[in-house]
Amino acid sequence: MKPGSLVQNAVLPRYRAEVAYLRGLAAWRPAEYVFWIAPVLLYFLLPKQLVLFSQVAIMGLFAISLDLILGYAGVISLGHAAFFGLGGYAAGILAQQGWGEPLSGLAFGGLAAGVLGFATSFLVLRGSDLTRLMVTLGISLMLFELANKMRWLTGGADGLQGVEIWPLFGVWRFDLYGRTAYCYSIVVLFLSFLIIRRIVHSPFGLALRGIRENGRRMPALGTPVARRLVAVYTIGAIFAGVAGALLTETTQFVSLDVLSFDKSAEALLVVVLGGAGTLYGGVVGALALIVAQYLLSGLTPEYWQFWTGIAFIALVFFARGGILGLASRMVAVLRRISGVA
Amino acid sequence: MTATLETRGLFMHFGGLTVTNDVNLAIERGARQALIGANGAGKTTLVNLLTGALTPTAGRVILDGVDITGEPQHRRVARGLVRTFQVNQLFPGMSPLEATALAVAQRQGATARWWRSLASHSAVIEEAAALLDRLGLLDCAHEQTGALPYGRQRLLEIGLALALEPSVLLLDEPAAGVPEGESAELFATLAELPRSVTVLLIEHDMDLVFRFAERITVLVDGAILVEGPPAQISADPRVREVYLGEAQHG
Amino acid sequence: MLTVLFDGIATGALLFMLALGLSVTLGIMNFVNLAHGAFAMLGGYVAVVLLKGWGVPLLWCLPAAFLISAAVGMVLERTLYSRLYGASPLDQVLFTIGIVFASMAMASYFMGAQHQIIQLPPFLGGQFHVFAGFDVGVYRLFLIVVCGLIALLLHIMLTRTRFGSQLRASVDNARVARGMGIDVDRLFAITFAVGSGLAGLAGALGIEILDLDPTFPVKFMVYFLIVVAVGGTGTLGGPLAASLVLGICDVAGKYYISEVGAFIIYTVMVVMLIVRPQGLFGRPAVR
Repeated sequence: MKPGSLVQNAVLPRYRAEVAYLRGLAAWRPAEYVFWIAPVLLYFLLPKQLVLFSQVAIMGLFAISLDLILGYAGVISLGHAAFFGLGGYAAGILAQQGWGEPLSGLAFGGLAAGVLGFATSFLVLRGSDLTRLMVTLGISLMLFELANKMRWLTGGADGLQGVEIWPLFGVWRFDLYGRTAYCYSIVVLFLSFLIIRRIVHSPFGLALRGIRENGRRMPALGTPVARRLVAVYTIGAIFAGVAGALLTETTQFVSLDVLSFDKSAEALLVVVLGGAGTLYGGVVGALALIVAQYLLSGLTPEYWQFWTGIAFIALVFFARGGILGLASRMVAVLRRISGVA
Repeated sequence: MTATLETRGLFMHFGGLTVTNDVNLAIERGARQALIGANGAGKTTLVNLLTGALTPTAGRVILDGVDITGEPQHRRVARGLVRTFQVNQLFPGMSPLEATALAVAQRQGATARWWRSLASHSAVIEEAAALLDRLGLLDCAHEQTGALPYGRQRLLEIGLALALEPSVLLLDEPAAGVPEGESAELFATLAELPRSVTVLLIEHDMDLVFRFAERITVLVDGAILVEGPPAQISADPRVREVYLGEAQHG
Repeated sequence: MLTVLFDGIATGALLFMLALGLSVTLGIMNFVNLAHGAFAMLGGYVAVVLLKGWGVPLLWCLPAAFLISAAVGMVLERTLYSRLYGASPLDQVLFTIGIVFASMAMASYFMGAQHQIIQLPPFLGGQFHVFAGFDVGVYRLFLIVVCGLIALLLHIMLTRTRFGSQLRASVDNARVARGMGIDVDRLFAITFAVGSGLAGLAGALGIEILDLDPTFPVKFMVYFLIVVAVGGTGTLGGPLAASLVLGICDVAGKYYISEVGAFIIYTVMVVMLIVRPQGLFGRPAVR
C-alpha cells in the first residue's frame, strides 16, 4: 500500500456507476441539440433579420466570455468591454492597414485581448472584491481614453474608417444582407462555445468551481489559485476579443462605444438576464436583450437606460437565476405537477 | 526517530499581541500527537503557521528536513502537509464525489488540464468513490454537500484531506460540532489511519485526546507549557491549574 | 505651479467629501454602493434647480442639497438597500448599477444632457493674486474651507461623541458591536443618510469644478473606488490623504500634460495597487 493511502491501487469496477453518473452530467442534452439547430432554421425562416441575429451571436459570445470569469470563477468585472473593444480595434486596424483576411483578424483580435487580459490579471487578483471592481473599471476607462485620444490610430470619436474585410476563404463576400456575416458569426460562436464547454467540464473547470465556492479551501487542497484565475481571466479575455473582432468584421466599422462602461454593463446584464454560470445564459440573455431593443427601438435613449436600470434591480430581487433559472424552476414545478420524479 | 515536522523559534505577533510565543515543536514520523490548550491559546494560529496560511513574524517551519517557511500553502500540500478546518470548509454546491474527485485530481496535478473532461478521468473518479465508500459516504455521493447533515459534512472534510494522501495530517478540532450520535464514524476513521501518516490533532474533547494521542503538547498563551505522554500530562499540576483556572472563570 | 497645487487640493477636498459616505458604507456593512455618485448628482441638480429656477442664493442651496440627498438616501436605504446587506457581491453590484442607470436616465430626461453652468454669487467669484504663479480662486478657497470645517466636525463627532465611538466600533467589527448592544442597523441608516447627504453637498459645491451632467455617477465611480480602496475605511485620514493625492494628480495631469489628462488617475491607481494592494492607510477596505 502506498504510504498514507487508504485506497487499494487496483481500479475497482464497482464504481463504474459513479463514473457513469458524472459522465451523464456532462453529456449533451436533447435541448442543446435543439438550441443549435435553431440558428440553421432561422437562416431560412427569417432571412431579413440575419443582421439582428448576427448581433445576438456576437453579444452572446461576449457574454459567455464574461460568464466564464463571473459565473465560473466568481470574478466580478466592471470592465470586460476592454477586451471586447481591444479585439474590435485590433481587427479593425489590421484591416484598415491593408490586411482584411477575416480569420486572421479574429485571431489577432483574440490574441491582443488575451495579452491584455494576461497582463492585467495580476492586478485583478490582488486585493479584494472592491479592488477588483476598481481595477477592471479603471482599465476599461483607461483604454477608452486612450482610444479617444489616439485619433490617428483609432479615428477617435468618429470611429475607424476604411475597414474592408476580404471575402471569407476568398469565396464568401460580406454582403449587405448579412448572410455571410450571419453564418460566420454563428459558426464562430458555436466553435468558441465548444471549447468553453470543454473547459468547464474539465478538471480545470472543476477547480474553478471550487475557487468560486470556497476560495479558502482551494489552497489547502493544493491548488495554485492565482495561476488558475490568471488562466481563466486570460481565456475570458481572448473570447471577448474574438467577439469584438467579429463585430468589427461583420459591420466593417468600429468606434469608441465598444470600450465603454455601457458595453461592460450590457454584458453583465445579458449574463445575469440569461442566467449566470450556465453558458447558454449568455446567448439566451443576448437574444432577449437584442430582440427587446429591436422591438422597442422607438423609445428614446433615456427610456431605454431607465428600464435597463430597473431591469438590473428587478433581476436582483426577483429573478437572480435569470431566464434559464426561471425556466428550470418552471420545469421543476411542471415535473412535480405531472408526477415525474 | 527523526522529526518529520519541526518548528524552530516560531513567533507570531499581531501588532502588539503575541499569539505564538517561541514555539519549538518536533513531531516524529508516525506520531499520534495532540495539541491542547484553552480557547485563545493560539492553537489554530499555530496550524495556520504550519500550513502557510500565515507567515510567521520570526522562526522556521521544517518538513522532513526541508525549510518550508517561505512556501505558500499549495506547495506544502504537494509535499504532503495537509490540514482540516475547525469549521467545515466545503463546496456547498458540489457533490461529495465531485469535491473528492477534485482533491484527487489536484493531487495528481490534473487541475491544469482543460481539454479533457473530468468524466473521462475514470481512475480519478473511482479513487474518489472508493474513498467515499471507506468513509461510509458513498450513498450520498451525488447529493449537494450543503444539504448533508453536519456529521457527514465533517467526515467529508476529513475525506478531502485524506484524498490528498498526506504524510503529515493536521486535524483542527475534528470533533467540533459533531453530535454524539455521529461521532463514532469519525473516531473510527481516525483510528484507522495508517502509521505512515503523522497526525497532529488539535482538540478540546479530552476524551478523544486521551483515546487517540500518544504524546500531548499543551499550549498556553501561545507558548508550549509542557509536552509528554498522556499520563504525565494529566498528572502535571501546572496543566491542572490552567484547566482548573479555566473552569473557575467560565 | 502653486496655483495648480491649490486647485488640486480643492478638488481633493471635494473628492474626500464625495467619497466619505462610500467609505463608511463599505466599512460598516461591507456594501459597495456604486450608486453613491447618483446622490452627489442629485445634490448638484437640486442646487441647480433652486439656483436657476427659484433664484435661491447659493448658500441656501447647499444645505438643501444636503438634506434632500440625505432624505432620498434614507428612503432608499430603508426600502431597498437594507434587503441586500447579506447578499452576494454580485447582487450588490447589479443593484447599485441599476440605480445608477435609472438615476442617469432621470437626470437626462428632466434636466437635459448638457453640462450645468451656474452663476456664482459675486462675493465668491474671482481670484486674488498672492504672488507670481500663485493665484487663489475665491470659490476654491471657499470649497477648501467648507470641506475642512466639515471634516473637522466629523472628526470631533467621531472621537468625542458617543455616537462617534459606536460608529467606530461598528466599522471595526459590526458583529461584535451588535453583540455589545449597539443598534448597528439604526446607526447604519443614519450614517448612510449622512453619507449620501454629504455626497449631495459635494455635488452641489462642485458644479463648477466637476462638470455636472447626467454621466456624473459613472464618470466619478472610479474616483470614489480608488479613494476608498487606497484610503481604507477605518479612518478619516486615509480617504482624506488619498483624495488629496488624487485631486492634485488629476489637476496637475490635466494642466501639464493635457494630452493624457485623465489618464493620470488610472496610472496612479495601477501604481497604488502594485505597491500596496491592501490600501495605504488605516484598515484595508477588505471585502
